[in-house]
Amino acid sequence: MRILHNLKTTPFHARTAPLIQGQTWRRWSGYAAASSYEFTHDREYAAIRNAAALIDVSPLHKYLITGRDATRLLDRVVTRNVPKAQLNQVLYMSWCDAQGKVIDDGTISRLGEQRYRLTSAEPNLRWLHRNAFGMQVGVDEISESLGALALQGPLSRAVLNAAARESVDGLKYFRVMDNRIADVDVQVSRTGYTGDLGYELWIPAEGALAVWDALMAAGSDYGIMPAGIWALDVARIEAGLVMLDVDYHSAHRAVIDAQMSTPYELSLDWSVTLDKAPFNGCKALAAEKARGPAWRFVGIEVDWDSFEALYAAVDLPPSIPTVAWRASVPIYRDRRQVGYASSGCWSPLLKRYLALAHIAAPHFAPETPVEIEVTVEHRRVRAGARVRRLPFFDPPRKKA
Amino acid sequence: MTNQYDAIVIGGGHNGLVNAAYLARAGRKVIVLERRHVLGGAAVSEQVFPGFTFSVYSYVVSLLRPEIIRELDLPRHGMQILPLESTVTPLPDGDYLAMWGDSDLTRREVYRHSPLDAEAITEFGRLMSHMARAVKPILGMIPPDPTSLSPGDLKGMLRLGGHLQSLGVKRFHALYKLMTMSSSDYLDEWFEYGPLKATKSASGIIGTFMGPRSPGSAYVLLHHYMGEIDGAFRAWGFCKGGTGTISNAIAAAARAHGTVLRTEAPVKQLLVRGGRAAGVVLESGEELHAPVVVSGLDARRTYLDLVDSSELPDELLAQLRRFRFRGSSGKVNLALSELPDFTCIPGIGAHHRGAFSISPSVDYLERAYDDAKYGGFSRRPYMDIVFPSMIDPGMAPPGRHVASIFVQYAPYHLDGGWTDSRREAFGDAVVDTLAEYAPNLKSAILHRQVLTPADIEATIGLSEGNIFQGELTLQQLFFLRPAARWCGYRTPIKGYYQCGSSTHPGGGVMGAPGRLAAARILADT
Repeated sequence: MRILHNLKTTPFHARTAPLIQGQTWRRWSGYAAASSYEFTHDREYAAIRNAAALIDVSPLHKYLITGRDATRLLDRVVTRNVPKAQLNQVLYMSWCDAQGKVIDDGTISRLGEQRYRLTSAEPNLRWLHRNAFGMQVGVDEISESLGALALQGPLSRAVLNAAARESVDGLKYFRVMDNRIADVDVQVSRTGYTGDLGYELWIPAEGALAVWDALMAAGSDYGIMPAGIWALDVARIEAGLVMLDVDYHSAHRAVIDAQMSTPYELSLDWSVTLDKAPFNGCKALAAEKARGPAWRFVGIEVDWDSFEALYAAVDLPPSIPTVAWRASVPIYRDRRQVGYASSGCWSPLLKRYLALAHIAAPHFAPETPVEIEVTVEHRRVRAGARVRRLPFFDPPRKKA
Repeated sequence: MTNQYDAIVIGGGHNGLVNAAYLARAGRKVIVLERRHVLGGAAVSEQVFPGFTFSVYSYVVSLLRPEIIRELDLPRHGMQILPLESTVTPLPDGDYLAMWGDSDLTRREVYRHSPLDAEAITEFGRLMSHMARAVKPILGMIPPDPTSLSPGDLKGMLRLGGHLQSLGVKRFHALYKLMTMSSSDYLDEWFEYGPLKATKSASGIIGTFMGPRSPGSAYVLLHHYMGEIDGAFRAWGFCKGGTGTISNAIAAAARAHGTVLRTEAPVKQLLVRGGRAAGVVLESGEELHAPVVVSGLDARRTYLDLVDSSELPDELLAQLRRFRFRGSSGKVNLALSELPDFTCIPGIGAHHRGAFSISPSVDYLERAYDDAKYGGFSRRPYMDIVFPSMIDPGMAPPGRHVASIFVQYAPYHLDGGWTDSRREAFGDAVVDTLAEYAPNLKSAILHRQVLTPADIEATIGLSEGNIFQGELTLQQLFFLRPAARWCGYRTPIKGYYQCGSSTHPGGGVMGAPGRLAAARILADT
């Protein structure tokens, strides 16, 4: 019996490990994941917005849900209407406890009449089992046997068409299809975490390296680059996508109630269907909808002139973050704290300093003038900012 | 040399020393009287075998109150806590269950046995640290008497009620369950993998004459989650130099505040004049005088041995005679020429820096209890094993090692009583059981020290060898520890106080009783 005193490695490790120049490994769900492959993530981010980036997202938790009550189970757990999902449709949503507090968020792919794949950020096997009590349903964890790659960027479709047997031209936004790459049966979904044109590939672990190689080979004519978490983080902030353990805490892990959020508070209203069969948290959510949420998850754009002036006051040029930050930063309005930002970055594409923030009612309306705390030369000061509607960046090609 | 003090502390165990240090810190002239040649009581390090240092009795640290560490500045006085991170449970089928210091590694390891438990373990740990946090204010509180109408007690009850209300519904219900259930039943609500349940339930039987299926054992489980190191609950550590270093650090703090520490000074009796404590008489006949006398000894010795029974109300004496000790554990300390090589994880590695738990199933533990229930020691006992020399190399000569083995059950009331041959038979059962998991053990033993509850009682004075100075069962906790109406560190004799683990909040090298008793004394006098 050997002790496994290492982080887990993904099925693509043999390819990714030699590429990581600065050994910037980080933890992601117990796996070793690359922060960036090059010493800085600039080119990797640029590939997401300009060409095609290949991101190893295998550490996602993946479950296969099958059997007579598969639809019933998922419909009971999540906030969206699962029976209404079409075959090969992918749903994004969160799921809640009985108080309507979000446990996790992720996607459900309807692969058959009673066959689904659920992805999540945290382990959810126990929660699914508890909800499946008395049902005829199988919940199988396939996290390790199924590798996952995100191929994202404006040229991702061209790369995929060059590598895959079936054209993905007809694959619509949030749909999934069977395909074959390098003689490996894979599934391709038009999904991602960048808010851009992009795909996610679901690959049996044993075929992982062959698919990686085929995509890198096909992508060489299209400027493909492997990208790490730092590049992805900038893209997902621009896309206004919420991240568990960074922007919010799971109801299963929060220490106090104040650390929990509802889907409305995370501005995920569009993913909550109240007029469906009873589901976890539906009563609490209906009540919340009626009275209006106490918080909203919004965009914050830092006013550049104000930001620059704070630095100019101490004779410094403005200093922007090089890597997206993940920290709690107070947001004020009229000298009173009205919320906090949980992630932020300089957007190289939009040339704006952006943040994602939780703002209390009634200060969350778009264009509300607020202030954000900035530390300039060791002193905490406040820069002017405005509440912005999310996403910051939403190119037509995402859904086209 | 003067024989007049402001306070005399009987017993140089860690609580006596803490008490003395706080009294001296407040400017009192204090003397500590210890019967043995070494300070520390059950928290001592001794070279039982030349070159090998043993934490002879108590062997890990977690529950020591952080405020004591801060207020007495124990690190400056030599206390250094080293991490003890993992627990490995070897299994009869050659496999093992490990819980590592790293949550990702633990999750991965538990997942190997049960994917559901791998998730449950995180949630369980979270709830238990909530519960420990919920109980923390109670640990730092002089227990109010719920039957008393005095303003102090009423205020205390109000504080307690307010606190319980603040827990919220979920935690209040969890506390209720922990107070009433068996550890096995409680863990059944969380986990499915047998060895995991068994290893966790073992925390519920330590120092108690109960099995994992005995109601009430869940509370003892919680007691072991109350340890805080660096603000993290459920963190266990090992003190550099052994547990005696903690006592020595507290003693050094006490001495720095002017406390006189006398060893080999056994106390024979409390001196009472006009119903008030006046001092003590030593076995030697020497008398020392002080208006305050504090006993760090257990309740039986504090009341029944040191005081003439005519000074105490009958009703209290009756309660104290019923106070349950029932020592249930023994200790085996080994000097080793090499480390045990466990079949389940061959070779020497990181796992030797943590604990090993012989707890393959709840049935195994319950059977070990069955043996004890009917008057025998467990033929196949529960064991908690650490190798202190792997954490602090100074504990043994280079390349050699020490093993500290906590063993349960070894009942104080053994059928026919403890004899030398029964002690050795008990030691053999321990070594034989462990050797099944680590076959090189027997040939590696250079020296073996076996301590039965009778030995523990005879050497360090803990009645019936109970490591907590009385069982941590619900009917002996909080305002019933050690006796109804006398839970607040005072005794019916004015000026006579108690500060040992027989008082709230109990044992486990917490130091809390010593500190709370000092607060009571300083407020009273």
